[in-house]
Amino acid sequence: MAHDHDHDDHDHDHEHGSELSEMQIRVRALESILTEKGYVEPAALDAIIEAYETKIGPHNGARVVAKAWTDPEFKQALLKDATAAVSTLGHVSRVGDHLVAVENTPERHNMVVCTLCSCYPWEMLGLPPVWYKAAPYRSRAVKDPRGVLADFGVTVPRETEIRVWDSTAETRFLVLPMRPKGTEGWSEEQLAELVTRDSMIGTGFPKTPGAPS
Amino acid sequence: MNGVHDMGGMDGFGKVEAEPNEPMFHAAWEARVMAMVRAMGAAGAFNIDTSRFYREALPPHVYLGSSYYKKWLLGLQDLLVDKGYVAADEVKAGHALAPARPLKRGKFTTDDVERIMVRGKFGRPAPAPAKFKAGDRVRARNIHPPTHTRLPRYVRGHVGVVERDHGCQVFPDSAAIEAGENPQWLYTVVFYAAELWGADADPTVKISIDAFEPYLEPV
Repeated sequence: MAHDHDHDDHDHDHEHGSELSEMQIRVRALESILTEKGYVEPAALDAIIEAYETKIGPHNGARVVAKAWTDPEFKQALLKDATAAVSTLGHVSRVGDHLVAVENTPERHNMVVCTLCSCYPWEMLGLPPVWYKAAPYRSRAVKDPRGVLADFGVTVPRETEIRVWDSTAETRFLVLPMRPKGTEGWSEEQLAELVTRDSMIGTGFPKTPGAPS
Repeated sequence: MNGVHDMGGMDGFGKVEAEPNEPMFHAAWEARVMAMVRAMGAAGAFNIDTSRFYREALPPHVYLGSSYYKKWLLGLQDLLVDKGYVAADEVKAGHALAPARPLKRGKFTTDDVERIMVRGKFGRPAPAPAKFKAGDRVRARNIHPPTHTRLPRYVRGHVGVVERDHGCQVFPDSAAIEAGENPQWLYTVVFYAAELWGADADPTVKISIDAFEPYLEPV
């Protein structure tokens, strides 16, 4: 990825080809200016992109969730201070301050949004998907969360409280979904395979054991 | 500012459409934009609140009509021009034409990459005791600052309950306009849907925001 950025636009979106090539030209122009003025090294930009592509992603969040499902002490610590709890797991990427984990229960379903921009727990889930940053989700999540869940094909029982967390400051929220039934005795590694990105945003559930993925 | 970025509660944007197996970037230029924003911010050209303010300040039709990373590019360009790091004629020419303005933390190099992979710290020592505590009823102030704020319109004037405090943190309203960090207490405040959306709202729904103390008044 790091060095092929001049070539792959053509493969993506033929219908918007003219806009894309215009964007490509504009972005390349700005990068030239920043490089020529000595503000950035192009290799450093390559390294940033590579780091985002390899180091962060929902696999980090999935490990945290799976650990919480199997280790009650860790779960308690996670719900009390997620930043501190995650930092004890050497194999998960480091997180900044202000991470908060919120637990789904039969009584309460949590869902996370950023109505003002796109705040999202990058270290736990990677860069947010387009829908998370787009107007339909940002506008409706706080007013009609059950309708938004229906767009995802998700139904939460009528009697369950829905709690929407609007990420308006630097606090970042990670939903701890409920552990699927039928996973007694599973290892952390097996459980992590069931944890989807959307289940940690609150717009989905973990996969069910044995269901086609 | 009361911009179109403040979307909570708006109607008419349609269904949420998730893209199966979505790639991290939809074109290589998106990744370059992301990296330039991260690098220039880390080098000290701007803070995160200022960069958000510049995206919000794009004209409404541009904001709504541009893809996410196009907004990032346009906001970055405006910001770098306004702060004197890049000149408008350089953007037009696509090349540097004038000497650089020194960056607070110097050139961004590969040695700096690792430190930006961990989020910055926003907690600060408290300049004064907290005015509110968990369980307090508070009203979100009816304020309409023309500059950056993190108090969404849909809660203004409405009553909620403080659920937890997050300590004192950098105040985005001040940091965005480079008026200093001005640390303020930060609280999670919970609202019933009916308080925000009227009596017909779903009684099982609650919404919370994270609100800085200047956004709140006692009830």
